Amino acid sequence: MTKEIYTWGAISAIVIASCAGDVLLSHAMKQVGDVSELWRRKGLMTVIGRILRNPWFIGGVLCMTIAFYSLLFALSWEDVSLVGPAAAALSFVANAVAAKIFLHERVDRRRWIAALLVAGGVLLLAA
Amino acid sequence: MTSSKYLVLAGVTVCAAAGDSLLSRGMREVGNISFHHLPSIIVAILNPWVALGIIFLLGFFASYMTALSWADLTYVLPATSLGCVLLALIARFVLHEQISVTRWLGIVLISAGVGFVTRGPELTHDPSRKTISPASTQALAARQK
Repeated sequence: MTKEIYTWGAISAIVIASCAGDVLLSHAMKQVGDVSELWRRKGLMTVIGRILRNPWFIGGVLCMTIAFYSLLFALSWEDVSLVGPAAAALSFVANAVAAKIFLHERVDRRRWIAALLVAGGVLLLAA
Repeated sequence: MTSSKYLVLAGVTVCAAAGDSLLSRGMREVGNISFHHLPSIIVAILNPWVALGIIFLLGFFASYMTALSWADLTYVLPATSLGCVLLALIARFVLHEQISVTRWLGIVLISAGVGFVTRGPELTHDPSRKTISPASTQALAARQK
């Protein structure tokens, strides 16, 4: 029983932290602008400096760190074949909702279908 | 979408798949970590497999950030989910594991999802510029075809 609680607690932590991290990082990178274009015009150091100074980026990295350690914790209790797909499938759906609410992305029918197809496919891989 | 952009998406896919399998290999050596021995999770990153996994995950992070600088989150995530398919194919053809019908069906579903999302526009909203209207998104998609 302890194993299930640890595993699913860690999987929930992965989904919440990685979803928050993805939204923050996506927002940060949209503020920074197209990296390859910026690199060509102003050089690599400008790109790196701009990314590292962005507060949204710092927040995103903090969330990703929490997600990473939750993943290590989960992997120490359960196989990657359960943890990986379960966390990924839940993240796809959670991210589509979060991107629509917080990033104002136009999640149209095409993207909903894609997110659900991928989430379903990931679950079948784990079955 | 230019070919270099597809290359960045491929980098995200491959590095994530390689990183995750290396971490899994390493954590099996490290063993179970309980709440009573939580600090041992810090030491876990000294395991060579975990360390190599982290290097791949850094590569993943760099290409992921690049992709997010020119595409929506709801485009990048499904588009790079081929990593799961890649892991299954490595298991089948490199490690010679048997893949059940259910797993092949999963591979088909993920591939369909990837095909679906990559045929649409990669950017629908950019806070650094003015909001992109649905009409201009469609124009963008038409131009890319």
